[in-house]
Amino acid sequence: MNEISQQLVNGLALGAVYALIAIGYTMVYGVLRFINFAHGDVFMLGSFTGYYLAPQIAKWFPIPGWGGWVMVMAATMIVCAIIGIVIELLAYRPLRDRPKLTVLITAIGVSLLIEYTCQHKAFFGASQKAFPQLLPTGNFTIGGLSFNSTQFVVLSVTLVLLVALTFIVKKTRIGMAMRAVSHNSAAASLMGISNSFIISFTFGLGSALAGAGGVLYGMTYTGIDPLMGVNVGLKAFVAAVLGGIGNLPGAALGGLVLGVVETFAGGMSGVSTYRDGIAFAILIIILIFKPTGLLGSKQIEKV
Amino acid sequence: MVSLLLLPSCKSGNGDTIKVGEFASLTGKEATFGTSSHEGTELAIEEINSAGGVLGKKLELLTEDNQSKAGEPANIVNKLISRDGVVAVLGEVASSRSLEAAPIAQAAKIPMISPASTNPKVTEVGDYIFRVCFIDPFQGTVMANFATKTLKARKVAILTDAKSDYSKGLAKYFKEQFIKNGGSISSELSYNGGDKDFKGQLTTIKGSAPDAVFIPGYYNDVALIAIQAKEAAMSVPLFGGDGWESENLLQVGKDAVEGHYFSTHCSPEDTSPKMIAFVSAYQAKYKKAPDAMAALGYDSVYVLAEAIKRAGTTEGPKLRDAIAATKDFEGVTGKFSLDEKRDAVKSAAILQIKDGKFKFLETIAP
Repeated sequence: MNEISQQLVNGLALGAVYALIAIGYTMVYGVLRFINFAHGDVFMLGSFTGYYLAPQIAKWFPIPGWGGWVMVMAATMIVCAIIGIVIELLAYRPLRDRPKLTVLITAIGVSLLIEYTCQHKAFFGASQKAFPQLLPTGNFTIGGLSFNSTQFVVLSVTLVLLVALTFIVKKTRIGMAMRAVSHNSAAASLMGISNSFIISFTFGLGSALAGAGGVLYGMTYTGIDPLMGVNVGLKAFVAAVLGGIGNLPGAALGGLVLGVVETFAGGMSGVSTYRDGIAFAILIIILIFKPTGLLGSKQIEKV
Repeated sequence: MVSLLLLPSCKSGNGDTIKVGEFASLTGKEATFGTSSHEGTELAIEEINSAGGVLGKKLELLTEDNQSKAGEPANIVNKLISRDGVVAVLGEVASSRSLEAAPIAQAAKIPMISPASTNPKVTEVGDYIFRVCFIDPFQGTVMANFATKTLKARKVAILTDAKSDYSKGLAKYFKEQFIKNGGSISSELSYNGGDKDFKGQLTTIKGSAPDAVFIPGYYNDVALIAIQAKEAAMSVPLFGGDGWESENLLQVGKDAVEGHYFSTHCSPEDTSPKMIAFVSAYQAKYKKAPDAMAALGYDSVYVLAEAIKRAGTTEGPKLRDAIAATKDFEGVTGKFSLDEKRDAVKSAAILQIKDGKFKFLETIAP
């Protein structure tokens, strides 16, 4: 029993990071109808931004400490937002009126470009680095269960960011514009909404969340390397599809489900080797029975 | 022009140098292994050349990086043999990658010497494949006896890298001997090399309440496992094999790897004259202390050079016979002979991580 609830916490913390990244996939899909495969690499860049910024920020704010941590998170999110906007501007915008497949292939190209450039010695190098400790950590016990404080931080931060995001999308003017572009971009531009601005904003917002995910991931698992975004990005994409691509709460739910399933599979003797396989098998099974994902709604393709 | 390029350029020793091929993981996951063994190899080649070379010719080292990736070693070794015309191939540290290259060297009848691949399957590929290190059945036995005698463990959990032949082999031999010693395995789990999240596995391991955890993996993963084990408030000793030995383990693992143990090929603290000379030469050239992988890379070159001298030629079959006849070789990693299975018979060292350094604990003879 003790072990099961412990695994649940492990799984939720992992799922929370997936959720943060999955939201980026889903948002971009919502407005542009294509999968930004470079998103997992923005997550990786988030981890490395945190890694390189932490010693700088430590000069003004003590690290490990709450003030320093908030600064690292905020700075990383800003840097990643800029990276996301720049990627869209340089790689995707020139292709906006081309077939979606062209953009998709370009996204894979951008992803490989980032991964292999970053592996070069002049950038991050290929070897694994240890993410600095940003917060005082400790284990504490509630009702006989021992928990790690970082996992709680990850879960709470994810929750706060999700609430903030929902607020932006549902309650603000720019959120309304995003929904309008997602619904019908031609009609939205006739109503005076700048499509380009909204798309940039969407990329910025999604990338900021991926950056936050990168820092949280580094804090939880310590090891970061330039290829870390490949697997995590793929899992987050699965999470987004699982929850129903284009659906924000769906992406969050998909992430959590995937994280929990993976962790339980990883902790089972004889099954642990197939952890990733199980995650993808679940995706296939759910999509067979519910092709639109857990929370996705049916959409009628216009011909 | 094209046909000219495709012709194999100067086969074995026609030129004024003897070409020796090396494939190593200079970048990627196991970069520190490849870098260490490469530096040891390079140092030995330089020493031999400055002492006049072999058979009146200088050794020319052709090094290729396989980026720690599956698939690359086969391409690279193919290229080294068919295009560059090397007389022998040195490499690799990781058994999976040596296993990939070995059939190619075997088919071309070009001797291959692995510095540090410990999985028995490597030299079983054929009679042209050698190694200058011990094999995992021995290493597994050593660690099982260490767990029973020194750690006084009765119940051990095993966490294996399912992607690595080395890890799976070592786990198997450890388990056999440990059960023979009267111990039991509390839980057996695996991960995929390169994973970052081990919390699922560790929670189960912790639940099975072992006296110690055997992790026959590579340093990258081991460092993260140690950190996450510490976070999960696990306080039992962790121990593993020679895959642990890397500065990177200390840099990433920091205080989480403190106090844990692993077996390896030798210790730089060894006081044999060979080791002392090697450590000072290495220190002078690379401004850092060598590790076992560097020492093995160094030994592999000398085994090859000595065999070329004895054979008097670099022709594949004759060179093969000469390497196979290596006996009582005085290496940096100790005195060893190659047995009929082309494996080195030598002792193992057990090191402990103490104050952020690898400390020599004991030597175990075969």
